[in-house]
Amino acid sequence: MRSMFAIMGKELRILFTSPIAYVVTAVFILITGYLFYNIVLFASSQSMQIMRTQGALPQINLNDLVFRPTFNNMSVILMLTLPLITMRMVAEEKKIKTIELLMTSPVPITSIVLGKFLAAFAVFTLMLGLTAYMPLLMWYYGSVEWLPILTGYLGVWLLGGIFIAVGLLASSLTENQVIAGFLGFGAVLILWLIGWVSQTMSDSALGPFIAYLSIGEHTENMIKGMIDTEDLVYQLSLIVVGLFVTHRVLESQRWR
Amino acid sequence: MIKAQHLSKRYGNITAIENVTFHVQKGEILAFLGPNGAGKTTTMRILTCFMPASSGSAEVAGFDIFEEPQEVKKRIGYLPEFPPLYTELTVTEYLNFVAKIKGIERRNRTQALTRVLERCALTDVRHRLIGNLSRGYRQRVGLAQALIHNPEVLILDEPTTGLDPKQIIEMRQVIKDLAGHHTVILSTHILPEATAVCQRVVIIHEGRIVAIDTPDTLSAQLRQSEKIHVTLEAPTPETTEAFQKIKGVISVFHEPTPDGRVFVVECELGHDIRSELASLAVRRGWGLLELTLVKLSLEDVFLKLTQEESKDESKGELLEEMKVGTGTQADPAAPGGTGEASEDPGEPGKKRGSRAHKGKAE
Repeated sequence: MRSMFAIMGKELRILFTSPIAYVVTAVFILITGYLFYNIVLFASSQSMQIMRTQGALPQINLNDLVFRPTFNNMSVILMLTLPLITMRMVAEEKKIKTIELLMTSPVPITSIVLGKFLAAFAVFTLMLGLTAYMPLLMWYYGSVEWLPILTGYLGVWLLGGIFIAVGLLASSLTENQVIAGFLGFGAVLILWLIGWVSQTMSDSALGPFIAYLSIGEHTENMIKGMIDTEDLVYQLSLIVVGLFVTHRVLESQRWR
Repeated sequence: MIKAQHLSKRYGNITAIENVTFHVQKGEILAFLGPNGAGKTTTMRILTCFMPASSGSAEVAGFDIFEEPQEVKKRIGYLPEFPPLYTELTVTEYLNFVAKIKGIERRNRTQALTRVLERCALTDVRHRLIGNLSRGYRQRVGLAQALIHNPEVLILDEPTTGLDPKQIIEMRQVIKDLAGHHTVILSTHILPEATAVCQRVVIIHEGRIVAIDTPDTLSAQLRQSEKIHVTLEAPTPETTEAFQKIKGVISVFHEPTPDGRVFVVECELGHDIRSELASLAVRRGWGLLELTLVKLSLEDVFLKLTQEESKDESKGELLEEMKVGTGTQADPAAPGGTGEASEDPGEPGKKRGSRAHKGKAE
């Protein structure tokens, strides 16, 4: 347990000494902010139009109009940015041979994997936390429903966890950071895209099965404001599987 | 302290080490000597539990490396060939991290840190980023990392590579000081280093142990003749002949130095002909300048052992012949070695031999 926090601390320090954490966070905030701004503009022009045609202020739902697209945008941007945080975590250790230090110290591999995961997850949580200005602004100038926003955040948070676990797995497979980053991105993208495949196969028995495997479906429910145990189980188990396979990969590399 | 029994490691069809058996006593310094690629690093990685052996067993500090790797890891300090450093951290941050993962209690951490910083002379650079340190300092941080939890066993993989002559001497001194309190295994392909630092030497070649003994015994065992270097001020053409007539002399030859004044006299074991040589030279008025008995260095031992191996195995193979060829060429007893620039300050002329080993391995 103590060694896990030692690894996590070391990872965090490296993420913040080398500017990776700052750069990734800044770019993430910039892009999500820009898209949020556009969505808000679009939403306000739409509501103006509705007002003009109907002559009265209708019930405008900010959650549906603003936050659903915002959370979806965030998911896509995270898919591109989180592999950048995880890609060096194991690959670099192998490249500069520090893995020899970790593996010859009395540290269980579980601690190594969990420590690294928690470090990346902490940076990601910070990134996500910084976007809290969006609902706060909307709440100040309009009226928002808080609970669906919180479930949306929960969905994106767990989604990020999946991206990190998969990215960590990709990083453990190679000692080349670029390959690790691209592999992580590719794996996550495939998990996302199989949702589309399921739509074309909706009449066969395989359709619902593939739909269940897709990340998008499960997160979408939470973004809409619905927490289903099925989705929670899916997301948590994907994180656990990712970390478990990473553990196995690291363990098996000793035997080669 | 360390018992290795019949360790073997195979990567697919390639055998990295085979049937490696040796014991190390508590407080002893043992050197693994061998050309690059001989299996030194593999053996060390197995002992540190970094990778498992294909067969065989080993015990470190009383714990089996397969049954209780965690206990073994707690008692081993390991400096790999490339020091495992995080360039983004400062020396203190790094050593603190290592202290934590080695399981040092919080209250003992500061003390352990101060101790290794002093021991490895790192106190001045402790707040600098490791990435900005020179090679010598990095190597010392690597050593500090191996020492921080005061392990019973230290395993150092080529601890002096990449250091300048002054740093090499310092590093050797540090290692020597470790003897007694710590059991040390170090690997090297530089022969004088093994002689300078270690009590016992394991000569390893192509994955197999060729010899284990003290440097002195090894050279004594393998010496078949005595060599004497004679430097004369004014030799005459009949000098060689005159030397040859002395009882017990096997051969005499000229060192092809520019002035042609050095003779190498080889004689049978047990015949000390130094006084006869001296009186002969004085009588004839050749002007005796120097007379030295050449001891068989570890280098000769090493070449002899490894060459015999190669000859035994496959005489006809071109590769093996080439190896023997390089070996003979590099025989340090052969003339002309002294003029070369040498990285090693202590023993000029020896470098030639070790360079030839590198050539062999590649």
